[in-house]
Amino acid sequence: MTAKNIAIYINDKPYQVQPGQTIMQAADLLGFHIPRLCYHPKLSLEGACRVCIVEVEGMRNYVASCAFPVTEGMKIHTNTEEIRRARRDIVELILDNHPQDCHICERDSNCELQRLAHTMGMKKHHFSGDRKRYEKDVSSVSVVRDPEKCILCGRCVRMCSEIQKVHNLGYAHRGFKTVVIPAYDMPFKDSVCTACGQCINVCPTAAFVEKNYTQELFQVLGDSSKIKVAHFAPSVRAAIGEAFGMEPKNLEKELVAALRKLGFDYVFDTQFGADLTIMEEAHELLARISGKGKLPMITSCSSAWMKSLEQFHPDLIENVSSCKSPMSMMSAIVKTYFADKLQRNPADIVSVGIMCCTAKKYEASRPEIVPSTDIVVTTREIAWMIKSAGISFPNIPGESFDQIMGLSSGAGAIFGATGGVMEAALRTAYEMYTGETLENIEFTEIRGLKGIKEAQVVMNGKEIRVAVVHGLGNTAELLDRVRKDNKYHFIEVMGCPGGCVGGGGQPYAGLNAIPLDEDALRKRAEVLYSIDRVKTIRRSHENPHVQRLYKEFLGKPNSEKAHHLLHTHYHAKEPRGIIPDHPIVK
Amino acid sequence: MEQPGSDTHLHNRSHAIFGDMSFFSKQMRIALRNCGTIDPDSIDDYLQARGYEALAKVLTEMTPPAVIDEIKKSGLRGRGGAGFPTGFKWELTAREQNEEKFIICNADEGDPGAFMDRSAIEGDPHTVIEGMLIAGYAVGAQQGIVYIRAEYPLAVQRLERAIVAARAEGFLGENILGSSFSFDIEIRLGAGAFVCGEETALMHSIEGFRGMPRPRPPFPSVQGLFGKPTVINNVETWANIPVIILDGAEWFGSIGTEKSKGTKVFALAGMINNTGLVEVPMGTTLRDMIYDIGGGIPNGKKFKAIQTGGPSGGCLSEQYLDTKIDYDSLAQAGSIMGSGGMIVIDEDSCMVNIAKFFLEFTQNESCGKCTPCREGTKRMLEILVRITEGKGEQGDIEKLERLGTTIKKASLCGLGQSAPNPVLSTIKNFRVEYEEHIHQKKCRSNFCDYLLTYTVTDKCVGCTLCRRVCPSAAVTGTPKLRHEIDQMKCIKCGLCFKSCKFSAITKTSH
Amino acid sequence: MTTLTSDTAMDELKAYIETVKKKARPESYLIAILHKAQHLYGYLDKEVMNEIAFIMNLPTAHIWGVATFYHYFNLTPKGEHTIAICLGTACYVKGAGDLLDTLKEELKITIGETTEDKLFTLQEARCLGACGLAPVIMIDEKIYGEMTPKKVVALLAHFRTEK
Repeated sequence: MTAKNIAIYINDKPYQVQPGQTIMQAADLLGFHIPRLCYHPKLSLEGACRVCIVEVEGMRNYVASCAFPVTEGMKIHTNTEEIRRARRDIVELILDNHPQDCHICERDSNCELQRLAHTMGMKKHHFSGDRKRYEKDVSSVSVVRDPEKCILCGRCVRMCSEIQKVHNLGYAHRGFKTVVIPAYDMPFKDSVCTACGQCINVCPTAAFVEKNYTQELFQVLGDSSKIKVAHFAPSVRAAIGEAFGMEPKNLEKELVAALRKLGFDYVFDTQFGADLTIMEEAHELLARISGKGKLPMITSCSSAWMKSLEQFHPDLIENVSSCKSPMSMMSAIVKTYFADKLQRNPADIVSVGIMCCTAKKYEASRPEIVPSTDIVVTTREIAWMIKSAGISFPNIPGESFDQIMGLSSGAGAIFGATGGVMEAALRTAYEMYTGETLENIEFTEIRGLKGIKEAQVVMNGKEIRVAVVHGLGNTAELLDRVRKDNKYHFIEVMGCPGGCVGGGGQPYAGLNAIPLDEDALRKRAEVLYSIDRVKTIRRSHENPHVQRLYKEFLGKPNSEKAHHLLHTHYHAKEPRGIIPDHPIVK
Repeated sequence: MEQPGSDTHLHNRSHAIFGDMSFFSKQMRIALRNCGTIDPDSIDDYLQARGYEALAKVLTEMTPPAVIDEIKKSGLRGRGGAGFPTGFKWELTAREQNEEKFIICNADEGDPGAFMDRSAIEGDPHTVIEGMLIAGYAVGAQQGIVYIRAEYPLAVQRLERAIVAARAEGFLGENILGSSFSFDIEIRLGAGAFVCGEETALMHSIEGFRGMPRPRPPFPSVQGLFGKPTVINNVETWANIPVIILDGAEWFGSIGTEKSKGTKVFALAGMINNTGLVEVPMGTTLRDMIYDIGGGIPNGKKFKAIQTGGPSGGCLSEQYLDTKIDYDSLAQAGSIMGSGGMIVIDEDSCMVNIAKFFLEFTQNESCGKCTPCREGTKRMLEILVRITEGKGEQGDIEKLERLGTTIKKASLCGLGQSAPNPVLSTIKNFRVEYEEHIHQKKCRSNFCDYLLTYTVTDKCVGCTLCRRVCPSAAVTGTPKLRHEIDQMKCIKCGLCFKSCKFSAITKTSH
Repeated sequence: MTTLTSDTAMDELKAYIETVKKKARPESYLIAILHKAQHLYGYLDKEVMNEIAFIMNLPTAHIWGVATFYHYFNLTPKGEHTIAICLGTACYVKGAGDLLDTLKEELKITIGETTEDKLFTLQEARCLGACGLAPVIMIDEKIYGEMTPKKVVALLAHFRTEK
């Protein structure tokens, strides 16, 4: 920030700004919000939607403020009658090729296009004509693609290629027939989609949404012959408030209460499942370190990562922990141990996962994972159900989890943030391996939003090297390092940027907020770290209910029974994914 | 029948055209100086015609800045359409500090009805190579790329052979003519996308991507192909370079008008007696072009309009016939120089339909990236189709103007920014035709089927064929008696007209 | 267009890709590779594109995006004869629109399609550079000038009987 300021004029008012910025960046800092659609600060510049056009004196045409740099003496107009009209025309052109069925659309009231149309002061349709017609692709259990709603801003394409490096989505065909679609126009279920749902997070409209299971869930909740069990992930409690216009905040107790009001018979904590996962995973790690199995061991709780592993990195399948995710462990225990306690037929129990994640819907459908989670809904879906059922969330008296699977350690809470699983695992593995108490249990070097993080821990004089990665794009980079120079013992992989707090099922960004804004991810993560800080039990192996579960039911970690219920396996799947050597978004 | 572009084809064409002396007298051949006079496959022929002398001159007598100065002094402007000063473009790239720079020849000639670049490469491939070499020396580039349409196999073949010959003679490769300058050229094929004529789209295509443009800046001269500084000029521009170096900027600058120097090649076509490639000094009037060089309109028909610049250009009416052909005069008149398409339109053509034709083309060629071009051209086309089908409404012209202006000013690239030009210029110069279509449901050129009335004349023998083909049961009549068309039921499909074996059905505009 | 058995074609394609891979920035030659594949197979087959994807290490969505962007690439097998109708300005002004209507009616297909009997594929051309003979159509790289709807019908009949 040492470069000398330059003078520019916005709407005839003089300002001093840093050179090297775009008009949009300068305007943002000066308090002018220029409308935009295709622009996203984390993605490459597209300059395609043309909504952010401004007038620059001396230029024949309007310029896209997202891409055009400021220069000394530049006179910019963001709000003249002419530019307002052109912008309105552009948004109208988008709308004219859009179903405009807002009142029956999933994104009604939180759609960027709808907001934009409102801001533009759209009063009339001047140019209506033929509109594009496509079938919805509902083949995937996680992600629904509706090309009719697509406005071709390309944020999903760039997200899928640049950040996640999955390259499932691309533009195909051209002109008016351009469509965002997997290779060969194939359905999502046959594609390399990892179900991470990040396309949904960045989509300004409902062109990508999760496969919605709210109707099925309402139906189940009304079925008195069933025992309805809910369990929700750490990140859900941190972010659900955002769907109600709040800042990230721990709403665990309010959510428990709301779920009971919705009709759930039991509300458990997926963090209990997280503690259980750590028990199994830490044991597995120690076994591998002592020579039984491949190193580095790689975590397996992220379902998008599981799918990515099988399609993009099948050579590393043996490195991945056989542990199921906390959600699937919860369902397994609910339908065995808990069913026994209730003396009920497991078939009468419906296990519902409330997740920050769209890929968990895919995980629940994997035939390898039995007993399975019957229904998975996202933070967004459950927020809608709570609204729809007329529950005054979050202004309701908080309630506590049901016991037997409701108690969790702080280690279980931080699972939702990148680095959390590693931190939780190290807290337990260290003490299991050394038999000593770990003094400093906060591994700050593996917290935060850096793409790839590393740490070393010395256990009984042995240096254990660990790495933490989040976002499938960063994962691909780290795994290449592993293939070349295998120096790690243990790696945590989370498919979504920021870990589960940034999951594909989290609430949409609010008014004028940026989807997947790093600040929002940090705030959600901080909620989880503060939950951990105030817990008296902060190590998974100290969770008395987990201990009881082993004593009464599972025996020891990695016992045969534990293996049968809490572990799974992976295998290479088609179509194989390809990660190019060079960035290929243009 | 001969193939287009085959030797016999070209020969016959040039004979047919050049046989007429009035066709020649007002022309001046600089870019096409060797076309038709040398064997394009013979480097010796090219050498005989002072070939590679300009290259030798710059390598032995001129510093790179001196070369750029010469080009700047000549006043040469890009012949691809926009008319950016060539020397200035080179200078921007020369200024960049980068070990790798590129020279690109844009031979993705895509305007419907234009074939200047193809003929230039087919007739004289070495001059393009020499032009690129000179630029490579001037800006410090080592690699040249010719991006050429795959639809031009003969041009590609001639160019390939020329490159091989030039390499063999030491004009391409390491240490050219014993100097420290090394340069080579590679051919990359397009694959049928008009938008790839736009420089950033073209570069994306060379890089192996969808040919979609990107916002500028950064400009290619600074950050172009593979992110490296890049000079990109079209075929005709390159063909001018060696002559400018040999005969001097002063000589070149003496040709043409104050701001447009030299000559321009056009593909003259449409309703005109002499069609074909012509090269005229800048400043020649449209009237000279049509009546002296083109030999006027055939069949005694009246001139209606002249279209320049292809789908990016405009249609000028009779009142503009004395407009000089140069960048600024054409722009002022409401059209553009363009890359060289020039179509003469006579009274039988409907201007609304001409506008529709060009818009259909750009709409089909829109890459789909930016909203105004992708969505806006579609809507404009819908309105035009409606107008030509007799469903035009009050306010349609204003809608076209409004949309056209937004698309022009807000689109991402030159294709979108110029797409409305044919429509806006025909509204400006032929507004009355639009009004007739909309308000009187009349097409004065009897072109728009939906605005015509089909009637059965006395010639009808009652064969019943028209009755049977009519999809809307508008034709009635008994066999062997004259049939009739119910105008209320008629959907103007023209099937009766097409099927009648006795020319007994007429179509007229009311 | 050469028709080869798929094995020979694939060998040739692979050999071509090997030469490309030796160049700087091999990934930039994708369009050239697709040209080669189309030349060998007549169209771009999904399996062939998959093969290219793996050898070049390029995501299939990228290849599909490129293949569908450019008109020149066929995604389905072509008919025995390819008819290209020139819709350049000169031809259009001289009645190419009527010719196109006639072709569509006669062949019962639209641009980009192949007739049911696999005899004809209809394509549009921007300008075949034969404006002096406008309107023109090109069948299998041979130009037919000064066409009328009637001549088109006769020409199609000729190709049909030739079969």
